[in-house]
Amino acid sequence: MKKSKQFFMVPYFLWIALFVVAPLLLILYQSFTDGQGHFTVRNYLTYGSSSVYLKMSLNSLWYAFLITVITLLVSYPAAYILSRLKHQQLWLLLIILPTWINLLLKAYAFIGLFSRAGAVNHFLMFIGIGPKQILFSDFSFLLVASYIEIPFMILPIYNAIVQLDPALPNASRDLGASPWQTFRLVTFPLTLSGVKAGVQAVFIPSLSLFMLTRLIGGNRVITLGTAIEEHFLTTMNWGMGSTIGVILIVMMFVIMMLTNDRKKKRREVLDDEKTTL
Amino acid sequence: MKKPRFSSLYLIFVFIILYTPIFYLIFYSFNAGGNMNHFTGFTWEHYQTLFSDQRILVIVLDTLLIALLSSLVATIVGTFGALGIAGHKKAATRSTLLTLNNVLMVSPDVIIGASFLILFTSLGIGLGFGSVLVSHIAFSIPIVVLMVLPKVNELDPALLNAAQDLGASKAQTFWRVIIPYITPGILSGFFMAFTYSLDDFAVTFFVTGNGFTTLSVEIYSRARQGISLEINALSAVMFIFALLLVVGYYFVNQYSRSRRQRQKRHAQAEVTLR
Repeated sequence: MKKSKQFFMVPYFLWIALFVVAPLLLILYQSFTDGQGHFTVRNYLTYGSSSVYLKMSLNSLWYAFLITVITLLVSYPAAYILSRLKHQQLWLLLIILPTWINLLLKAYAFIGLFSRAGAVNHFLMFIGIGPKQILFSDFSFLLVASYIEIPFMILPIYNAIVQLDPALPNASRDLGASPWQTFRLVTFPLTLSGVKAGVQAVFIPSLSLFMLTRLIGGNRVITLGTAIEEHFLTTMNWGMGSTIGVILIVMMFVIMMLTNDRKKKRREVLDDEKTTL
Repeated sequence: MKKPRFSSLYLIFVFIILYTPIFYLIFYSFNAGGNMNHFTGFTWEHYQTLFSDQRILVIVLDTLLIALLSSLVATIVGTFGALGIAGHKKAATRSTLLTLNNVLMVSPDVIIGASFLILFTSLGIGLGFGSVLVSHIAFSIPIVVLMVLPKVNELDPALLNAAQDLGASKAQTFWRVIIPYITPGILSGFFMAFTYSLDDFAVTFFVTGNGFTTLSVEIYSRARQGISLEINALSAVMFIFALLLVVGYYFVNQYSRSRRQRQKRHAQAEVTLR
């Protein structure tokens, strides 16, 4: 039995070795090579000493942060309201449905909506502001990226809110806390795991949305993803591309550590509670 | 009752935001004017162009084939992976495996794409259908594991012991007890993998090479050239397809839930009859 079980596990472990571990090692190795495949640390030196690369990285982080904040502000109330509705499954499917529409099609829709003679500019003219250059600006990039990420923020928060024992906020209300206090001190801290999962699901992809920077941002916004894509597929400088990739991976691990840390603590707290009980 | 009204207004607002771009695309797919700004008249012309466009039709079939094959393989590998992770006795091993599993879930698409491109070139594998399929399998496996794992963890060991006490073989326990119990997880894993594959652009863009194209990549290259209402027509078709999938998924869920409830009720009725 044990052997047969392990036999069925073989593809999974092969997958881990070939597609999880090996690619990470390869990209690390590639970042230490030059065009001829010789070992070098020049890529990292170039990255560290070039204001272009550093500024681009900070910019990318800043945009990802803004996208995360915007989606969080929109999504938390939406998830909360959603968790109070009848026919939740149906509403949830309506939230999920847009994620099943190809991302490129949604980006393409915004090219139409934001264009100089598009619907948004018609609306702006109608309310008397007059047409603006919306497409190919950082603003449009932020809007479209947030739009695309909203469902990915709503779902984990919704899950956390649904799992919250309704007795806890009720108890808080019964004990005289105001709705705002209940939310701030009970509901929000207890659903923080969902928020963190959402942040993880939004922030990291936001660092790499190169297709949006090209289609919507008009190359005015350059994220880490855009830089990697350019180095790999346009200038064919895989070494430098991998170096930026390694930096992106490091950022990813930092964010994962920041967002996973609390969960562990919570588990410890739960264990403590169990032992005291 | 002022509050609920405000909250439902907010939710409606969010839904309007979510659906405006999609319906905007679909609306202008019927525009005779040829752009997305002024609706000059109704026409089916763009749909006719779409359905007579051999290139697009081949790409659609390829994309669906990749999605179906990759999600099938990923579901099988991922289900066994989830069973294997849950079967490990040591908590440390379990969490290490889970961390490794989640690497591709949290990795940005560009990293997956770029590192797979290095992998394929260093192994000497040519880019095309095969590399895209393998990549899609690879990035779909972790989501299947994450969908199946909670179900496996919910599985009561008493259930397995009972099955074995009643004389079921290992294989029977597996097929008759474990698999039916975790099937909802497997199904949602499959659906997620399927949509991941359909929706993927970045990874495919890196590993697709010159000869082979999926729908996302094709839309990207066409969108870079500007507006073409054929894409709008395509988006309408894809929206209806996604809608059918979602509705189908909803009813499968409802059906299995109501069947479970019915079984529960039957069981209760039998108990009370006795």
